Amino acid sequence: MPAAPTPGSRLRLTALLAPPLLWLTLAYLGSLAILLLSAFWTTDSFTSDVVHTWNTDNFHELLTTPVYRTIALRTLSIAVAVTVVDALLALPMAFFMARVAGRRWRRPLLVAVLTPLWAGYLVKAYAWRVMLGENGVVGAALAPFGLHGPGYGTTAVVIVLAYLWLPYMILPVYAALERLPERMLEASADLGAGAWRTLRSVVLPVVRPAVLAGSVFTFSLSLGDYLTVQIVGGKTQLLGNVIASQVTLDLPMAAALSAVPVVLIVCYLAAVRRAGALDSL
Amino acid sequence: MQTQARATTRTGPAVRLEAVTKDFGTVRAVDAVDLTVHEGEFFTLLGPSGSGKTTLLRLVAGFEQPTGGRIELAGDDVTGTPPNRRDVHTVFQDYALFPQMSVEQNVAYALTVRGVRKAERLARAHEALTTVRLDGFAARRPAELSGGQRQRVALARALVDRPAVLLLDEPLGALDLALRQEMQTELKELQRTTGITFLLVTHDQDEALTMSDRIAVVRDGRIEQTGPPVEVYERPATAFVAGFVGTTNLLRGEAAVRVVGRPGTYSIRPERILLTDPAEASAREPAEGSARQSAESSAETSADGRRTVTGRITDIVHAGAHTRFTVMLPYGDRLIVHRQNLTGLPESARPDGEIGLSWDERDAFPVPS
Repeated sequence: MPAAPTPGSRLRLTALLAPPLLWLTLAYLGSLAILLLSAFWTTDSFTSDVVHTWNTDNFHELLTTPVYRTIALRTLSIAVAVTVVDALLALPMAFFMARVAGRRWRRPLLVAVLTPLWAGYLVKAYAWRVMLGENGVVGAALAPFGLHGPGYGTTAVVIVLAYLWLPYMILPVYAALERLPERMLEASADLGAGAWRTLRSVVLPVVRPAVLAGSVFTFSLSLGDYLTVQIVGGKTQLLGNVIASQVTLDLPMAAALSAVPVVLIVCYLAAVRRAGALDSL
Repeated sequence: MQTQARATTRTGPAVRLEAVTKDFGTVRAVDAVDLTVHEGEFFTLLGPSGSGKTTLLRLVAGFEQPTGGRIELAGDDVTGTPPNRRDVHTVFQDYALFPQMSVEQNVAYALTVRGVRKAERLARAHEALTTVRLDGFAARRPAELSGGQRQRVALARALVDRPAVLLLDEPLGALDLALRQEMQTELKELQRTTGITFLLVTHDQDEALTMSDRIAVVRDGRIEQTGPPVEVYERPATAFVAGFVGTTNLLRGEAAVRVVGRPGTYSIRPERILLTDPAEASAREPAEGSARQSAESSAETSADGRRTVTGRITDIVHAGAHTRFTVMLPYGDRLIVHRQNLTGLPESARPDGEIGLSWDERDAFPVPS
């Protein structure tokens, strides 16, 4: 450990940290605070002007209107579904990359996982729209089995969001599996454990926090998304759309609505933190 | 430890390797090795790093499969059998304890895997922890232990269900000297009381000599010599063994003719050479017919079978219990002499001093080069 900072070094540290800290507090936390603050204002229904009077009408409406509750629950379910699908896809893929594939293949595979992140969001979403469409690849591939494609709707939203956020799940799981020393697996086998036992007792405890860390991304990104659902969601409404459509009509209501995902994510982070997953982030 | 005898009847030696070869790509790590480890024996594979000794151990454990040859455990052919179906456990060099489990869970792992009831599992884990003097540490995590304590947990974990053979891969390598010496005694004691066959891998000749019943010296994937420590030390089969196990003066070619008096390759252990007064050395009666066989001889053989020579001390190192002298002989040959620090030295035993050396002719023994 370095010795206690001298006055000179403390000054330099302050100068170094002040701009980013200022940015973080003003631009980031500040806007969030104003957002939450404006949720307590109302809109004049004739002039559409924001009325700066302090009240909780918006939250009252939010909690008592059934359609908001339905949409919030639907959004939550989709975020959970996307997270589960991503975890189920990422585990075998990351395991293959970190443990089965040879050293020579590891890098190309990692690049293959990362490349979709470089492509534009809209390009990918519209690509899926084409694939899921009437005469799309998905339908054509399923036709020989007598099956139909999911079409545009909730399923399509889950598929596309799961595709979009998959790298965020694979990367932490891959990193955790790669860090797992070969010796641990050998020691487990040496003490009489078969492959399943080793997976359960030695591999999963290491992977669990990584999956939770990855789920923070997949869950929160899905909760906030509103473009994918517009592109492949058909008539499906999610919190994101509702907020987007309210922004121009009733800004305070949009602010109140956006408090919902914030609260959900804070709850989720608290749960994940209890499970110890944030230590590895 | 569990006391009842194992149900299996032993029909062969604890470990037997037959012409075992292991290639990694184009590198031959183990080259047609034959090896037999008897039941209840403390057997050590001793060799420099890269000699293939760890590969040999991993072949016995089942982590590697041989390219050729046959591996038997207690008479059963286990070539191709996975590690979890072999009645051997390994103590890894870095211990490989499971970080997310407590000490107790680590130690009980082999029992948990086999579905032993919880009460019995815990009782036996505690018994094993007591054997390595770590009772009271059951609830800790490996990260909360010192290196020596982790080492003991690894031992307890590997001994808990009494494997037929315990494999130890440089188990003391990560410990400091004092702890290492303490653990040497303890390991030997543990092997004696449990009666389990120990197969240890080390590059430390001290460790091998102190603990083993028998030693195999490994070099370049082959075994150079197998035998009890005394034999390996006193009668090394090759020049490599003479040099690797202990310190020695190796004399070849003309140096052998000049110093030992005969052609060939000879080894003289430094502690077998005595320091004498130079005057006394030259006053000795030469043996009949043996005096000055050639002009190139620097030493003489006296009537009582001792070779004597006079040289000049070039270096003195005080190494605690003994002092190490480097003596330059006429014609430029060098001899290392170890002398126990018991009594006073000859007058001339100082840097640059003239000194007499003498040794029993039989202490210069020939080694095949």
